[in-house]
Amino acid sequence: MTFNELSWEALAFGAFTILTLGGALGVVFNRNLVRGAVWLVVSLFGVAGFFVLLSAPFLAAVQVLVYIGAIGILFTFAVMLTRSMTNLSERFNKQAWLSALAAVTLFLLILLAVIAPIFGEIAAPSSEVVATTEDLGVALVSGDKFVLPFEVASLLLTAAMIGAIVIAREED
Amino acid sequence: MALQQFAPIAALIILAVVLTFIISNISTIFGPSNNTSRKTAPYESGMQPIGVGMRRMPVKFYLIGVLFILFDIEVIFFLPWAVVFRDLGFYGLAVMGLFFFILTIGLIYEWKKGALEWE
Repeated sequence: MTFNELSWEALAFGAFTILTLGGALGVVFNRNLVRGAVWLVVSLFGVAGFFVLLSAPFLAAVQVLVYIGAIGILFTFAVMLTRSMTNLSERFNKQAWLSALAAVTLFLLILLAVIAPIFGEIAAPSSEVVATTEDLGVALVSGDKFVLPFEVASLLLTAAMIGAIVIAREED
Repeated sequence: MALQQFAPIAALIILAVVLTFIISNISTIFGPSNNTSRKTAPYESGMQPIGVGMRRMPVKFYLIGVLFILFDIEVIFFLPWAVVFRDLGFYGLAVMGLFFFILTIGLIYEWKKGALEWE
């Protein structure tokens, strides 16, 4: 790997970090929940960029297709379904401190989990072999790997489908 | 993976963002701006706008959204399988057949319940 490529990677990493964190800040600080949903899409796009940098282009495509394409739309619908959530006037209630405490605790725990391995024995970089989409396809159907979770996933999807129909069409 | 492979995608994204910004702002920057109340009113196909712009949506939009996600994920599962379909042979077809069969039950249920209808 040449220095040039490395610096490009660093540049891309910085750009995606700005997108991810900036989008997340936009979600938190925006009063209009619809705009918050759009900021969430920006943040998710940054995560898709990280997947590209981590040599997982398939996951990057999934991130764009499922999270930006579908989850983003679903968030917007969920906001528009809720009455007067588009113009939130009550920002603080009694749960604010409790939820802040929970969020900070979770953040510190995650931070600890990320930082702790650095001070220990530094693990050797994983092998140069990169899992491709072909490997994923083989692993999904091979008997000694993920064939059972794969089939169970279809059951889960069907259950979610039926559940959504039952809940959303309660009136008839 | 070499990052250069993604250069066209990066170029496409940058071009899309820049072009969108230019197109959506160029008339505001260079065009004349003498607003009247009629001009700033939301365009409602020539009708008088009634009520507020942000009102609650019917829940059926949400149902369509959820169903879209589920079939979207189904496609995601299909994609890596389709890449190696020829190498997997009949076994791969059988495994995906079961996967597809279970999901088809959900689709038939959805169809029979009329969730695909828009009334």
